[in-house]
Amino acid sequence: MLTAEERQEIKAELEHYPTKQAVCIDAMKIVQRHRGWVSDESIRDIGELLGMSVADLDGVATFYNLIHRKPVGRHVVMVCNSVSCWIMGYETIRQHLTSRLGIDFGETTPDGRFTLLPIVCLGACDRAPAMMIDDQFYGDLDPAKIDQLLEEFK
Amino acid sequence: MGTIYIDGEAREANDKQNLLHACLSLGLDLPYFCWHPAMGSVGACRQCAVKQFKDENDTRGKLVMACMTPATPNARISIRDPEAVAFRAAIIEGMMLNHPHDCPVCDEGGECHLQDMTVMTGHDYRRTRFPKRTFHDQYLGPFVYHQMNRCIQCYRCVRFYRNYAGGHDLNSFDIRNTVFFGREKDGVLESEFAGNLVEVCPTGVFTDRTLRQHYTRKWDLRMAPSICGHCSLGCNITMGERYGVLRRVVNRFNSEVNGYFLCDRGRYGYEYVNSKERIRDAMLDGKRISGDEAEQQLQTMISGGKRLIGIGSPRASLESNFALQRLVGKENFFAGVALGEWEALTAAVDALRTTPARIASLHDVEESDTVLILGEDVSNSAPRMALSLRQATRQQSFEAAAKLRIPLWMDDAVREVAQDQRSPLFLAATGATRLDDIAAKLYRAAPDDIARLGFAIAHEIHSSAPEVPGLSNEILEAARTIAVVLKSAKHPVVISGTSSRSIPLIQAAANVARALCDSGLRASLSLVAPECNGVGLALMGARPPQEMFDSAKDATVIVLENDLYRRFLRSAVDDLFGSAERTIVLDHLANETTARANLLLPATTIAESDGTLVSSEGRAQRFFQIFPPQPELRESWRWLRDHAWTSLDDVLKAMADEALQLAPVIKAAPQESFRIAGAKVPREPHRYSGRTAKTANISVVEPKPPADPDSALSYTMEGAHVQPPAALQPFFWSPGWNSIQAVNKFQSEIGDALRGGDPGVRLFESSSGGSYFNAIPAPFTPRKSEWLLVPAQHIFGSEELSSHAPGIAELAPDPYLAMNAAGAAKLQLEASSEVEINLGGTAYRLPLQIAPELPDGVAAIPDGLTPARGAELPAWTAIRRAQ
Amino acid sequence: MPEKPLTQHIPADRQALDLRAYESVGGYEGFRKALGGMTPQAMQQVVKDSGLRGRGGAGFPTGMKWSFTPMGADAPHPKYVVANADEMEPGTFKDRLLMEGNPHQLIEGLALAGFAIEADVAFIFIRGEYTLAQERLTRALAEAYEAGFLGKDILKSGYSLEMRLHVSGGRYMCGEETGLLNALEGKRANPRAKPPFPQVSGLWGKPTIVNNVETLSNIPHIVAKGAEWFKGLSHSPDAGTKLYGASGKVKRPGIWELPMSTTIRELLEEHAGGMRDGVRFRGLLPGGASTDFLVEEHLDTPMDFTSVQNAGSRLGTGTMIVLDDQTCPVGMTSNLTAFFAQESCGWCTPCWSGLGWAKQILAAMEEGHGKEGDLDKLSFQSKFWSPGHTFCALAPGAAEPLQSALKFFREDFERHIREQRCPWRA
Ligand SMILES: Cc1cc2nc3c(=O)[nH]c(=O)nc-3n(C[C@H](O)[C@H](O)[C@H](O)COP(=O)(O)O)c2cc1C
Ligand code: SF4
Ligand code: FES
Repeated sequence: MLTAEERQEIKAELEHYPTKQAVCIDAMKIVQRHRGWVSDESIRDIGELLGMSVADLDGVATFYNLIHRKPVGRHVVMVCNSVSCWIMGYETIRQHLTSRLGIDFGETTPDGRFTLLPIVCLGACDRAPAMMIDDQFYGDLDPAKIDQLLEEFK
Repeated sequence: MGTIYIDGEAREANDKQNLLHACLSLGLDLPYFCWHPAMGSVGACRQCAVKQFKDENDTRGKLVMACMTPATPNARISIRDPEAVAFRAAIIEGMMLNHPHDCPVCDEGGECHLQDMTVMTGHDYRRTRFPKRTFHDQYLGPFVYHQMNRCIQCYRCVRFYRNYAGGHDLNSFDIRNTVFFGREKDGVLESEFAGNLVEVCPTGVFTDRTLRQHYTRKWDLRMAPSICGHCSLGCNITMGERYGVLRRVVNRFNSEVNGYFLCDRGRYGYEYVNSKERIRDAMLDGKRISGDEAEQQLQTMISGGKRLIGIGSPRASLESNFALQRLVGKENFFAGVALGEWEALTAAVDALRTTPARIASLHDVEESDTVLILGEDVSNSAPRMALSLRQATRQQSFEAAAKLRIPLWMDDAVREVAQDQRSPLFLAATGATRLDDIAAKLYRAAPDDIARLGFAIAHEIHSSAPEVPGLSNEILEAARTIAVVLKSAKHPVVISGTSSRSIPLIQAAANVARALCDSGLRASLSLVAPECNGVGLALMGARPPQEMFDSAKDATVIVLENDLYRRFLRSAVDDLFGSAERTIVLDHLANETTARANLLLPATTIAESDGTLVSSEGRAQRFFQIFPPQPELRESWRWLRDHAWTSLDDVLKAMADEALQLAPVIKAAPQESFRIAGAKVPREPHRYSGRTAKTANISVVEPKPPADPDSALSYTMEGAHVQPPAALQPFFWSPGWNSIQAVNKFQSEIGDALRGGDPGVRLFESSSGGSYFNAIPAPFTPRKSEWLLVPAQHIFGSEELSSHAPGIAELAPDPYLAMNAAGAAKLQLEASSEVEINLGGTAYRLPLQIAPELPDGVAAIPDGLTPARGAELPAWTAIRRAQ
Repeated sequence: MPEKPLTQHIPADRQALDLRAYESVGGYEGFRKALGGMTPQAMQQVVKDSGLRGRGGAGFPTGMKWSFTPMGADAPHPKYVVANADEMEPGTFKDRLLMEGNPHQLIEGLALAGFAIEADVAFIFIRGEYTLAQERLTRALAEAYEAGFLGKDILKSGYSLEMRLHVSGGRYMCGEETGLLNALEGKRANPRAKPPFPQVSGLWGKPTIVNNVETLSNIPHIVAKGAEWFKGLSHSPDAGTKLYGASGKVKRPGIWELPMSTTIRELLEEHAGGMRDGVRFRGLLPGGASTDFLVEEHLDTPMDFTSVQNAGSRLGTGTMIVLDDQTCPVGMTSNLTAFFAQESCGWCTPCWSGLGWAKQILAAMEEGHGKEGDLDKLSFQSKFWSPGHTFCALAPGAAEPLQSALKFFREDFERHIREQRCPWRA
């Protein structure tokens, strides 16, 4: 069941588009904002609201990489693996993160704190290597800075 | 048309089309995947690349996708250009990087478009050394088998399933080289056209799950042209057999009828032919006798001086019905269908013949820009028409696209311009249908009210159509709106049918069509029937069924391929058999009627028979034996034949001589004497294997191929491998084109009629005589303590023969009685409580279903699917909670 | 000091200009001018005359693009304008600066584009990761509505325009203009065939213009100060200023607004401060991941559409990625190819299949499993992705770094195969 709040947010979007389908990505992201990810059940509920089938929605959901169809940890760490960061030491950053967190890309720490994901160029190549934690950008990374950051996110 | 230059040669091409279409129409080989003649171009696979040159001085040119490039006059292209050749081979290489190369164990092997195109491009050597991506295969229901690793990402499946057929539960998921085509999770595909995926998919991702259970390669199938026997539309099919087992059905292109697609009832209903319920031997009073004995017994019984009563069948061929009618005499021949149905059938044929509107083929339906459906759920009673109707609602978008100069074959672009815009389809139905989603307006009402709406529309269109007295404002408003839209159409079509057994519905539809014609429009009319030869039977003339019961007394009753218990009340049928002197039954599947036979004659199914069916548009179409029947089995017409007849041609001739209106049936297909270069047309393809070994476990002597005295087809692989007249086309196969897409090579222009004309002849056409019908029913008034019980059609289950196919049976609904929530509340019942009804003195119990669509005072039961199936519907009945 | 119309008011800390600050430095003057008396046709003409070419990568003349939109009473409505703020081209970080630092400039530019084609609705299609820019645009949009620059009957001119910020679900393909349209419609972001061009049949089948953020940010200035002024900003016939950037092992990676046609050498040596200590220059991608490598001999090339093309590459987004001698060119090519392979939408065969294969070959080479013949396969593939061979420009973009790397760094590739290892790996 979508919460009243989720429903309202989705309905608010609907006013700005000529078709219901146009809102479907937003709708999934609204649910994701509230729950961290988009479950099968949420997909079904959104589908009902927008007059779309589960397959319609999942076809869209699986196209885009910012829609999580699996549960994620409390914080999502997205490490840029594109070219400028690669040149500037992405490998070191990745290795540091995976060994610090004890997980690989696509995994979540056993304590549910972090999910680690690769991300394409974050548009901050002058501050490479870079990553995001949740909605926040961090650049000019090195292992020490990462350690400090990880401490901040409980 | 215009001149284009292909590899320096001037050729004529249709300038409304794209270059791929043009090249294929010219008989040239140009490989393709994502394009489909019925679905247009999207430019995804990049397989159809050719070199295009600006003018005669341009020697460099550039690669273009033929399917995305218009065949503009003076276009200059090269198929043979080395760069184009290399590019096309590289595309195949790209597809093959991840393809499993599992042709030997793939069901598609030997008739695989991917194989054909691979050979066509010349790509042969694998240069990749990396592991291939793999997928999970899904369970998709009893009809379609899924093997995703073979996918080449041409997107045809989703384009057909979603865009063309309106399905929602199949999609593409994920991206890059791991796009997954399937459902969101395992489960039965919801679309009743899912089976077409088997042909639409150019490789082995979607294959025929029923074929899998008795798998045979295409080249090992004996094949012949046949007609689908599972509704009245007469879709053309090809059936394939080996070792006496019917293996599968595929589409047989006919531009006027089914085009490239079938419904799943038609594709998968065939398995009844292999059913354990098949009657394989003649029986005399329950004891097995030989065929010869049976012949003798039959002769004795019919020549014993007793009165003969013949009961025909709407699911038996014209020839078999005719043979029976001849045997018993016209005055003793009964149609064998319930009164309401018979009256509806004859009314429909009458309406078609006397209304000036053109009788709509499926092709006409597809090209109609405005549709009115009155009371017939074609999506369940004549399913293939629903697919045509979905295309019809695109007509408006074609206009919009044309305005923007977007060629109609640019599929995605046309759909983008169209958005949700659809040509109007007005749908008046008593219950929910599978077309509700595309209806511009839906009217739910009892059949009589729908008929009144129809009569009112007719009057609004043309004042000479009778006025409907006592119309409510609401219906009047609706009628006016619809009338205005219909009148502004270019090619409107009016559709109804006999499933509701309502004459007013049919006549109302005819009136609308006539009114449109009177207003100067090119309107067409279609009236469908649930069974494959109802129209043929109606054309033959028969005595009405109510007189059958008395006439049977003390007579020898011959029942032709007809389970009377499905059509009449049990008590009445019991009485009929009880009072008859004796009963002779011909049929191929055991049923309650065959159980009552004194003499039971094993008849052949369509697959082992030659004969003719008349479709709801009056098109007589010939079907041919796919394989010779087992020795004890005979076609019904052969059991019943006049002994002057020795072959089908004799029956046809007698029929033509006797019944003038049936005379054209002779022209439905060439006669037996037809030869190409002195040879018959072989049912076995050139690579048919094991001919000498097939029966080696029985005898090492190669058996003589069976003779076929009835048709110009032979039971061999020798013969003329050139294109025969379309009615005799046993399969589509052409050098380099092993898949069903070989049909390209048999059409005059891609997507148009088969060369020499599509098969079948119209037995009647519309005429300008006749006049408006004016038997307008009174408004429907719900009763206080009774419901009007109407039959609801189900694509899976309502039709008798197909429901013996296991897959169809699996998808058929359980029996139910449906009414709306208000009705249930009135009775203080909830969903799935047991209710009891009484019909013709018998009580039946059924679980209750809530169907919000049903109007007040109306209840529905699934046609052919309940214990109450013999009861005459519609009928008023009390409904109460079962005790 | 050369003029920097786009960035001069963006403070060093990149705090966004609010409406008041923006107006105080001439913001919305162009908009007032246009709505106060220009016809849409006249506006289109000014932009045509200015010689502005698209900054999204392809360099299509902006005024000309607009002029293909059906205009007048018979034109279909609603019409749409879209700001392409997807900026996912690796190595590109210019639009981010413009949106974070001066959101009103984009809003004004987009509104002007809307006015020029008589659009009814405008979208800013922004990538999901640009959270700060989203925040600032959201605030700026509210301010603009509040001040009557958006909405019904703007400035009593009779012109109405609704503007929405639309956040992407995330895919490089969303930046491709027709993929973007599908994304906005809530579909998979596969590209669409052209023709029909979006100007004729775009969003929901209606006329639509898509322009890059930087392109649009130029519009207010062109309208306010005129076409001649704009042309005068450049060192060459390619008009205006350009946001140039540099990343990689340079001393001062960053982004600079400079006259169009500033040379690579100037960018690299003066603005980026040259290479870091201990590394030497080997080559660069001049305008994002989907441009051909240039090397030492090209350093004096002016960074404009024509000159970079003549040098064998493309201006692209104008943000350079610098390769140094301590970085493996094969590894870099492998990283780039993997990006494109990952982002291929899966629609057309050369792209989804070929990129997947090329990625496998390059990864194997880096791992020390390169084989004789691999280079032929790679160059074959890169030709396979030529423009026109594929459905959209993603795969042709992927071909550029690959084919040029094979040309300029061939010896490095061969060494990988010969030595069965990456010489740069420990
Ligand atoms: C794969 C791909 C990704 C693209 N991404 C962007 C992008 O993020 N931003 C952008 O402005 N243009 C992008 N483009 C270019 C657009 O298709 C389009 O040309 C541009 O938005 C037009 O704007 P302009 O005329 O102002 O340059 C991309 C093109 C391709 C093929
Ligand atoms: S080149 Fe083809 S597969 Fe690649 S992104 Fe474009 S359309 Fe999709
Ligand atoms: S058939 Fe032309 S691109 Fe697929």
